[in-house]
Amino acid sequence: MIGSSGDRVIGKPAHCRHCATLAWVIVISCLFSVRANAADLRVPESATAGQAMVVGTGGEGEGNLYLVGPGQVIQRKVRLGTDVQIKGEELRTAGRWIAILREGGRSSSQAFWVNPGPPENLNFLARPSRVPVARPGVISGLTFLFDRYQNLVLQPTAVKFSLSVDGSGISQTVTSRDGVAWISSSSARHAGAAQFVASVNDVSVRRVVQQVASDPCNLHMRVVQRDGAGVIVETDPVRDCSGNPVPDGTIVTFIQTDSNGKSTVDARVKKGIARAQLPGAANATITVASGVVLGNELRVGK
Amino acid sequence: MSRFLTIVFTALTAALIAAGSIHSGASAPASTPEGAVQAMFGHAKAHDWSGAYSYVAGASNVDKSTFEHDLQGRNGSLRTYSQLESIATRVLHENDQEALVRAELKYSTAVGAFYDTRDLQVVKDDGAWKVIWHGEKEVNVPPQVIPVNYLRWDIIYRGSQDDWGAQNVENPRVRILSMNPTEHDGGIIIMGEIENEDTVPAFVSVGATLVNKAGQDVAQEASFDKTSHVLLPKEISPYRIDFPKMRLANLKAVRMKPDSMLVAASADPVIAVLHQRVEKDAKGRTVLRGDLLNESGQTVNIPHVLATFYDDSGKVIWVSDGYVDHALLPQTPQPFAVDLRDDLAAKVHSYRVTVNQYSLHRE
Repeated sequence: MIGSSGDRVIGKPAHCRHCATLAWVIVISCLFSVRANAADLRVPESATAGQAMVVGTGGEGEGNLYLVGPGQVIQRKVRLGTDVQIKGEELRTAGRWIAILREGGRSSSQAFWVNPGPPENLNFLARPSRVPVARPGVISGLTFLFDRYQNLVLQPTAVKFSLSVDGSGISQTVTSRDGVAWISSSSARHAGAAQFVASVNDVSVRRVVQQVASDPCNLHMRVVQRDGAGVIVETDPVRDCSGNPVPDGTIVTFIQTDSNGKSTVDARVKKGIARAQLPGAANATITVASGVVLGNELRVGK
Repeated sequence: MSRFLTIVFTALTAALIAAGSIHSGASAPASTPEGAVQAMFGHAKAHDWSGAYSYVAGASNVDKSTFEHDLQGRNGSLRTYSQLESIATRVLHENDQEALVRAELKYSTAVGAFYDTRDLQVVKDDGAWKVIWHGEKEVNVPPQVIPVNYLRWDIIYRGSQDDWGAQNVENPRVRILSMNPTEHDGGIIIMGEIENEDTVPAFVSVGATLVNKAGQDVAQEASFDKTSHVLLPKEISPYRIDFPKMRLANLKAVRMKPDSMLVAASADPVIAVLHQRVEKDAKGRTVLRGDLLNESGQTVNIPHVLATFYDDSGKVIWVSDGYVDHALLPQTPQPFAVDLRDDLAAKVHSYRVTVNQYSLHRE
């Protein structure tokens, strides 16, 4: 880091002789300073979070070693001239660390980088949790990759996404960028609880995306019984345009219009069909609807 | 001393009981037909059922228990939670031996005032005017098995141990199908319809915000009981939001906000609305009448009727509601009537009735 700040000074006004001289003086001073520190403290160029590392020291006597990282500080009493072992479980956070060695009134320091470990945790956002069938590009999956200590894994990593209903579906592998991988997908034509899985190596996270029937299609009813008490009408199995049965509990409204007025029954689909009993009438017209979808019309006369 | 006090209090208690029984038993005979009706309902208002019953003519052939239940309500209906507040009477017809008196009763209930109009026949009985009370026949549903396939929705919410990426189940998709702002009685009324487009039950509410010409929010209100809050999949409900003392001319926009929440709900009971027709009531007002039929096997205690009226272009022009003060017994029709503005009656081309229900012992 010291070197890089020196570079910035050199790169400024090239036509200024005094400035250039001053910059060279700073760079040479810094290099001497680094060499002097390097003699006391040796850190690896890079380390990995969750893995052990060794910090070397030079000189004689005793001192204190401080490792200062993002949100974490490690402190050790050290005998100078020996190597200091830092355990993997101690080195938890990825990022820029500074090693500081204090001995008497002197201190020396060096910066080093700790990289994230291999992906061991996935945070998987699957949207939406419920979606009608046969809709293009409506399902999105977004995965953040973290190592054991919740450091975002920035190295490109292959993430496998699979979306399946009853064993059949699609699978796609995406390479993560800056710790994030995502896909978007269309909903299947068949309703059911789709298993949406994101996996990296042997780590996987599962979400459920409920793919549900769309609006009823070709709503059709018929008279199943007619006597003095009234008329019983029932629909054919109520399905959407992809052939999926609409869920039980869906409201189907039967409307009978006759000389006595209008009679309505908001029937619930049960076991795939809706059924209603309407009052008997000499001449009646019966219509059926579900939500904003209209079905057929029946005329019932004596 | 303590013995003396015991005797005093015992005597006092006995005297009070005696005074109470004398009061409830002795009611002054009515000298006019209107007086008889007033006295009967006056005692009923004070929950003095014996006193009220003393004004019922013997020819009514109604027992005291039935009479009491007629006035006090039965089966956990809205009437059982109400209090008779005022009685207005008017003689429609009178001669020496009998009269016809119209009684307009106002009950106060938790859901607002409830009005009941009765035309009562009053006859002279042993020199005093007494009311002929036609007791309501208690309907006995014949023993039977009514099959009910319970539909219910269970919801697994995200747990405390789930990672932050684990999404909760989403709220149901609801859609406002129509919105019609109008002015009435010096206020703004916003009405329309909302649909649960999803495949799961939803608890819905519709909010509206009025924005003035300067772009500032001036009023905010939500539909309260002028809508069905629990909507099953594909169910459509009307809504009506009232803003008293507001004018459309002062507004720039109305902002609508439908809210929905996933709730566990039951698909029962099914309530059929039979023989709906628009007609005039006894007072000459336009009403929508019909019969409610509870097709399930359990009593519905408080039915709430919502009526949506459309013009010939299919636009919602009025939303009206009314509570029925009688419980809906299984398989037993129960009449209802909701108001329709007289000035709109000619414009109404079609209408739709939906029913909310509140039940005491339903899971």
